[in-house]
Amino acid sequence: MTALLEVKGVTKRFGGLHAVSDVSFSLGEGEILGLIGPNGAGKTTLFNVVNGVYKPDKGTITFAGKDITQCPPNEVVHLGLARTHQIVKPLQDMTVLENVTVGACFGRDYLPLHQARKVAWEVLERVGLAPRAETLARSLTIAGKKRLEVARALAARPKLLLLDEVLAGLNPTEVSYMIGIVRDIRDSGISVFMIEHLMQAIMSLSNRIVVLSNGQKLAEGRPEEVARDPQVIEAYLGDPDIAEKLRQESDATATAD
Amino acid sequence: MIFRRPVFWLTLLFAALMIWVPVTGNRVALREDLVLVAIAIILASNLNLMIGYTGYVNFGHIVFYGLGGYVGLYLVTGRQWNLVWAALAAGVTVSLFALALGLGILRLRGAYFALATIGVLLAVQSFVENFDPWGRSTGMYVSFDSYQRLGGARHALWLTYFLVIGVMALSMLLSLAIKTSKFGLGLFAIREDEDAAVVLGVNTTLFKAVIYSISAFLPAVAGALMFFKNGMIDPSVAFEFMLSLEGIVMLMLGGKGTVVGAALGGGLYEKLRSSLLTAPKLSNFHLVIAGGLLLLVVLFAPGGLVGWLYRLAPRARKVLE
Amino acid sequence: MIDGLMIGSVYGLAAMGLSLIWGVMDVINLTHGAVIALGMFGMYIFFSAFAMNAYVLLLPIILAGLVLGVVIYWIAVHWVIDRSQLSSLLSTFAVNMMIIGIGTAIWSTSPFNVNFSLPGFTLGAYTFTGNHIAASIAAAVIALALELFLYHTRPGKAIRAVADNREAAELMGISSTMVLTLAFAIGIALAAASGALVSTLFPFTILSGAGYQMKSFVVTVLAGLGKPFGALVAGILLGFLEGVVTPFLAVSWIPLIEFGLFVVVLVAFPKGIFARATV
Repeated sequence: MTALLEVKGVTKRFGGLHAVSDVSFSLGEGEILGLIGPNGAGKTTLFNVVNGVYKPDKGTITFAGKDITQCPPNEVVHLGLARTHQIVKPLQDMTVLENVTVGACFGRDYLPLHQARKVAWEVLERVGLAPRAETLARSLTIAGKKRLEVARALAARPKLLLLDEVLAGLNPTEVSYMIGIVRDIRDSGISVFMIEHLMQAIMSLSNRIVVLSNGQKLAEGRPEEVARDPQVIEAYLGDPDIAEKLRQESDATATAD
Repeated sequence: MIFRRPVFWLTLLFAALMIWVPVTGNRVALREDLVLVAIAIILASNLNLMIGYTGYVNFGHIVFYGLGGYVGLYLVTGRQWNLVWAALAAGVTVSLFALALGLGILRLRGAYFALATIGVLLAVQSFVENFDPWGRSTGMYVSFDSYQRLGGARHALWLTYFLVIGVMALSMLLSLAIKTSKFGLGLFAIREDEDAAVVLGVNTTLFKAVIYSISAFLPAVAGALMFFKNGMIDPSVAFEFMLSLEGIVMLMLGGKGTVVGAALGGGLYEKLRSSLLTAPKLSNFHLVIAGGLLLLVVLFAPGGLVGWLYRLAPRARKVLE
Repeated sequence: MIDGLMIGSVYGLAAMGLSLIWGVMDVINLTHGAVIALGMFGMYIFFSAFAMNAYVLLLPIILAGLVLGVVIYWIAVHWVIDRSQLSSLLSTFAVNMMIIGIGTAIWSTSPFNVNFSLPGFTLGAYTFTGNHIAASIAAAVIALALELFLYHTRPGKAIRAVADNREAAELMGISSTMVLTLAFAIGIALAAASGALVSTLFPFTILSGAGYQMKSFVVTVLAGLGKPFGALVAGILLGFLEGVVTPFLAVSWIPLIEFGLFVVVLVAFPKGIFARATV
């Protein structure tokens, strides 16, 4: 499997704090790679480095064969890498349709306005937001806003989609709907790199998982391998519920195989 | 595409009326009134591109108008240029200046940018006051034969008026065209959430510099025309900070982000202003009232008149812009 | 040049008011210049009425400034404080316009003077004007009082807490509305005090405040936001620069240099020249 995204030796410091320390991994085409770790592990910082919001102090990021380490975020989108934010950033006083059209206009292809609108409609249908196309983004519920965030990123027609805690703050019905959307995205040929705290979801969705703690990579591998890794469990020991869940999920997936 | 929008035709109709009404009956006094309205609309419309569309408040926008006036007058009087070419050249020169300047100061966000624009206005005024070729504090005068070349003063004044109306119509149409374009969509994204816009692929640095530059063009052209018409220019009238502020009040009053709002605000405020300035007791209160209006709008009706209208009659959104 | 240093301390005082408000509530107070002008006229009024030592009259002016600050806060700032910074920019700006408008109606744009002089002295080649000395002492005293207030009293600490993290402060039972009102009022009072001091040094009009407002911005931006004492130092620095440069350049170039400096500093040093990198 050719690596779509290669992260090599990435380090990012803020003053004296090493937010991300010598992290390396790769992501293949067509896979969902999960990123988990305790709070403050550096997951969102890593996303910010991959997507160009921060420049790493050390290391390189290669995407589809191109070195994007120094690329600003707006260029990275044109190469086919889109992302969502943990705290959603809707364009509040614009309609849902306009929001997604922005994503389509400035995404991988420089689409003209009317074509971008068509793409936007298709994406809205796909995520189930079409009935709300003419409402202002600020009037959506949190679930709607999260879906909008994903729709906007999808409209850019990315090869790789970075999802930052796309399930956070949703109720169980909304969660399973969103999981369906993520699977649908992967099935349509887009690779996904996702940060998530909902263990059950990320364990079942991901092909592979990377675990980060205190800025360092603790483990990488299939969900069931990672769940049994003693270092990972120790990292979560501060949160015994998660450690237990990890165990349970790994046993559940083991019996399901 | 914009031909389909009702506002396009409304603008043309409006401009046609502005020309036809004073011309019939040679109403010179009315023309003088209306030219001020037109200038107000030009300033407000172009300011709208920055404040309403992009979300960057340009407090010192009058600097483009003043500089345009200087460049234009210099070319007409000093270099014997034809008025139209001089005005266009003024527009281009000032736009290029804005582009260069913008690439520097548009890195600043929100209020810092707003303050920097005040700094720019004052710095330019200060510079011009010391600049010999442009007459320093005394300024420049339009030579009599410049009017003669246009067929005499009376003829020149009417010609200038038509040109100003033309610039007004262009300002409104430009706002409309940008609003309905992909470029405009990018600007709105910047206004709503600049960081999100970058992540969505908008080249924010470029877009901001370009719109800043565009927003300078027509006011500069208008400045060249108006100061030619007035016959003289000096730093205090060219870079009147008050005019800059009034531009903001007009836009906020009418409704920022809308084409019609800029026109409404410009027109209404100009009417208010001239009636205040002529009423004997109230002339001092011109500033107080302007400030009061701005405060009321910011506190209670940030969308201005048009915003209020949209809330009353949501259908209006489809017709007006 | 020495005069420059002393005037600089008054610039610093003015800038402190601006910097405090900016730092505590992220509001750029565009009424600053108008309030400075009101401070000038306040001193004029009190002095004409009471003919006392002008520096004693600073006290009622500071009090009046506090009251004015509360009023302005509740008219223009409180309602827009959680909206974008631009909203408070425009609302304070609107109030500025109104104050200047009313001021012009009352006092027109003619120059006024406060005719109170303290004797100065000469030391070798330098003459120290009494008023300048008194003004810089007054500025220093007020600055010291502010430091004591912010670091050694409960309300002062509350202000610093709110400046640091408003939500956390509220969670600890601090009423942020009261604190914000107080901080704003102090900022206004400082501006008024600096205006009052300037009135003893130079003739003034209702429009003079604008020039000092610009200087305050330059100083605040040089020092970095929310650092009132950096503002005092930067103010003295600015005064010094002015004093040194004036003999060599025509006065008309000074505004250009100041504004140019302002823009350059804003672009190149967004956190101020004295900022230390924070994590």
